[in-house]
Amino acid sequence: MPSPSCTTERDLVFRARGVTKVYDMGEVQVHALRGVDLDLFAGELVVLLGPSGSGKSTLLNILGGLDTASEGEVSYHDRILTSASERELTEYRRVHVGFVFQFYNLIPSLTARENVAIVTEIAPDPMTPEESLELVGLGDRMDHFPAQLSGGQQQRVAIARAIAKRPAVLLCDEPTGALDSTTGILVLEALERVNRELGTTTAIITHNADIAAMADRVVRLVDGRIAETTTNTHKKAPQELHW
Amino acid sequence: MMRRMKAIDKKIFRNLWEMKGQALAIALVIASGIATFVMSLSTLDSLQTTRASFYSDYRFGDGFASLKRAPNRIASQVEAIDGIDTVETRVAAFVNLEIVGYERPVTAKLLSVPEGAPAQLNKLYLRIGSLPDPAREDQVAVSEAFADAHRFVPGDTLFAMINGRRKELTIVGIVLSPEFVYQIAPGSMIPDFAAYGILWMGEAALSKAYDLSGAFNDLSFTLVPRAASADIIDRVDTILEPYGGQGAYLREDQLSHRFLSEEFRQLRQMSIMFPMMFLGVAAFLLNVVISRLIQMQREQIAALKAFGYSNLAVGLHYLKLVLVIVLLGVIGGTLLGMEFGQAMSNMYMRFYKFPYLDYVLRPIVVLGAILISSVAAVLGNVYAVRQAASLPPAEAMRPAPPANYRVSIVERLGLRRFLTQPTRMVIRHIERTPVKSGLTVLGIAFGCAILILGLFFNDAMAVLVDVQFFQTQREDVSVTLVEPTSYRAAHELRSLPGVGRVEVYRTVPSRLRFQQREYRVAIQGIEAGGDLLRLLDDDLNPVPIPEDGIVLTDHLAKILGCRPGDSVTVEVLDGHRPVLTVPVARVIKQFVGVTATMDLNALSRLLGQGSAVTGAYLSVDANAEAETLSALQARPRVAGTAALRSQMQNFLSTVGNQMLTFAFFNTLLAVSIAFGVVYNSARISLSEQSRELASLRVLGLTRGEISYILLAELGILTLIAIPVGWLIGLGLCAFVATGMQTDLFRIPFVVSSFTFTFAAVVILVSAVVSGVVVRRKLDDLDLIEALKTPE
Ligand SMILES: Nc1ncnc2c1ncn2[C@@H]1O[C@H](COP(=O)(O)OP(=O)(O)OP(=O)(O)O)[C@@H](O)[C@H]1O
Ligand SMILES: [Mg+2]
Repeated sequence: MPSPSCTTERDLVFRARGVTKVYDMGEVQVHALRGVDLDLFAGELVVLLGPSGSGKSTLLNILGGLDTASEGEVSYHDRILTSASERELTEYRRVHVGFVFQFYNLIPSLTARENVAIVTEIAPDPMTPEESLELVGLGDRMDHFPAQLSGGQQQRVAIARAIAKRPAVLLCDEPTGALDSTTGILVLEALERVNRELGTTTAIITHNADIAAMADRVVRLVDGRIAETTTNTHKKAPQELHW
Repeated sequence: MMRRMKAIDKKIFRNLWEMKGQALAIALVIASGIATFVMSLSTLDSLQTTRASFYSDYRFGDGFASLKRAPNRIASQVEAIDGIDTVETRVAAFVNLEIVGYERPVTAKLLSVPEGAPAQLNKLYLRIGSLPDPAREDQVAVSEAFADAHRFVPGDTLFAMINGRRKELTIVGIVLSPEFVYQIAPGSMIPDFAAYGILWMGEAALSKAYDLSGAFNDLSFTLVPRAASADIIDRVDTILEPYGGQGAYLREDQLSHRFLSEEFRQLRQMSIMFPMMFLGVAAFLLNVVISRLIQMQREQIAALKAFGYSNLAVGLHYLKLVLVIVLLGVIGGTLLGMEFGQAMSNMYMRFYKFPYLDYVLRPIVVLGAILISSVAAVLGNVYAVRQAASLPPAEAMRPAPPANYRVSIVERLGLRRFLTQPTRMVIRHIERTPVKSGLTVLGIAFGCAILILGLFFNDAMAVLVDVQFFQTQREDVSVTLVEPTSYRAAHELRSLPGVGRVEVYRTVPSRLRFQQREYRVAIQGIEAGGDLLRLLDDDLNPVPIPEDGIVLTDHLAKILGCRPGDSVTVEVLDGHRPVLTVPVARVIKQFVGVTATMDLNALSRLLGQGSAVTGAYLSVDANAEAETLSALQARPRVAGTAALRSQMQNFLSTVGNQMLTFAFFNTLLAVSIAFGVVYNSARISLSEQSRELASLRVLGLTRGEISYILLAELGILTLIAIPVGWLIGLGLCAFVATGMQTDLFRIPFVVSSFTFTFAAVVILVSAVVSGVVVRRKLDDLDLIEALKTPE
């Protein structure tokens, strides 16, 4: 748990209390989350670990306004996400949150630059698509269509797309899940750089315990509950990781 | 015993349930195609079956002849001809009628009912009342069509001019006869049930009235099977010639039968053409929709294959899914088609006087419907499953490589900077999948085309009426005279109240022959410089009547296979029955009927007689028409009069009504096809792009913004499809216009701007409704789902 001194020093970005998510499947009820309390602070890089089905994605989706909790309260700064309307959630995602997914979810009919532009065009204070692509090291591939890029490059376009609006938070669900370790490290470097240079609060879900070494804090979920939270005294740079 | 359903079969029902809206829309398209098919064929079958059984039950004659007067013994001579089975003689006469409370002129054919023994041929079906007492001169039975038009019931009376004497007749019965199923006056093209009726009177009374006791002036006969009919006609003619025979003819030339056959022929043409086009379009759509649906299941197919299902097993699996939809469509379509078919048949029963209707739906028709739609579905299925199954399973299961996109042509033209990202997505998506976009356009275009085809009949009918009743026939009243009269006598009609122009004519019954082809038609001689009956060239401009030679309607020229410059043989069926050779001077355009026209003087010269006339066309002051008509009625030489306006109304209420009823049902079905197509296209695009759109929603695009991406594509494709559909529709109409040509009328090839507009509006409304449905579905898009799965 974060020490009380930390709370005063750093701004609280997310505050989750007693978050429960139940999928009602008719006869059976699936408890994806069973009362999660979690605080995320500005500029922090948090890694979420846990076995498959433990509720990591569910938690991240609720934080990102993609899903709603069954019970409990989640707030983002002063905004109570758990009681926000669909319209407010769309606005919240549009302005404040960047997403990166395991399967990239790029738009095949748009070039790298345009995939980023589709977000910058609707954000209030974005960087240019070029800037954000430079930031992930793809300055020379801007006019390529997704089909013309490797998996790692596609994922970096997805990151560029996520950060281009200068989001306050970046939520990544298994960003390296479909990549080999070399490419994965390139992607993690991009995420780390964004976190460091822009101060974006970043949460990364992974199955790869080695990645935890680059986090400020590591949250471990088991069966819908937070089993353990550890703070890394010494963060490793992505280049130092290998798996 | 219930067996547990196999997992793979459960999948069919799950899949169907997931796509229920779409499955229903596809079934609707199939059902509409099947419905036209079942409706048309069952109507045709029903009418034909009904006619066949009425003819045989009521012993409709195979041959007929009219003559001046022959003693009864002559009948046995005719009966002795080899090949003739039964002969029945009778007395026939045309009479003018007066009906209290009915202003317009009425004529009737008065026929004798044999006394003593019941009739052998052309028996009467007694609907109500009784047959006239043979000895009573004041009792008649009347045809049902005539009775209905005047609301006659047994006991009502009317007056007839029988052989110059005005007689009061009492209606004792209402009857139907196989001879008058299609009740139409000789020489007219359009039935008028009120103005022309059939009356039956006892033979003794009628022959007495016409001084024909012990004699007859009309006969009919039946033939033994496989009789040499042409020879028999010649031999009958030889026997009757001395008695003023007017040429015997076979059933195929009998007035009612001939009209009925022409109408059936036209109905058959419609019953083949329409369903074929509708089913063709439905099959095409089914094909497109099914193959796209299956392509979307690419990964599932790969997975099934990975588990060890063979390509065949996978194919059969999807085939079952498709056949369930087809079955739904066939059942719905057959039920709807039967409903419409019965409505259509009943509508026809108002014009065709059958005592009863046998509604028949032959199983073969339903089987045909099942077969056609299944084949279409299977073909669509085979192609798509083949494509999907051709991928090695491992490859298909891997997240599909992002599709290859290029900068679109529109953008390369330099418009790039004007386009927003979503618009670029839309345009690239359309260009990226040209085949798919093309098929969507074609599908919607066919929906549009079918609408045009359905409405085309309204346009054609309007032009036909205009050309026939305003540009060709321009008289107000036409008059037929009892017997050929001198030219001057006819022109005296001008002195009648209200009469303006008078143009006389002469008709001569004849048979035209060219090479082996022949056609029975009355040649009409008209005055040069006339304005009340005009001849029109191909561009519908009036042309003068040539001084020499005969003018044929284009349809008659086609039947005979002759052209201007050829000479046709004219066999006159009247008087001395000369056989002449006449050059074809001109071919004219006429949509209604079949006519052969000559200059009046040229015709008289040809016949070698003085200038006699048999009728006249009059222009009449509209306010004085009633007065003129009654003045005409009073003149003894006038056999009949007809007002053009009522002819036109009759045309519209008979032929026009039939065509438009048919077109109405078809338009209804076309609307549902068009909607089904547009709706399916929208739904498929939705399924295909939902993942991409969900990703965009996650990135913060609003519902409105992602809807734009999907709906703009639908909008663009719809807008492209409409003009394409107009063109295809024009093609279909041209096809129908050339295909549907009968002696009764030809369909002019004209499509009005209203029809184009209506088709476009239906398509646009369908697109908007589909758009709204899709929009609502987009609101329910599962965002998280899209992130969990690779494509
Ligand atoms: N739409 C859904 N309907 C029903 N149950 C669901 C749904 N989505 C998730 N679950 C259930 O919620 C639980 C948590 O799922 P979640 O996706 O959060 O797991 P996870 O920790 O992300 O797993 P993984 O590492 O495999 O991605 C699981 O038991 C899952 O079965
Ligand atoms: Mg997960």
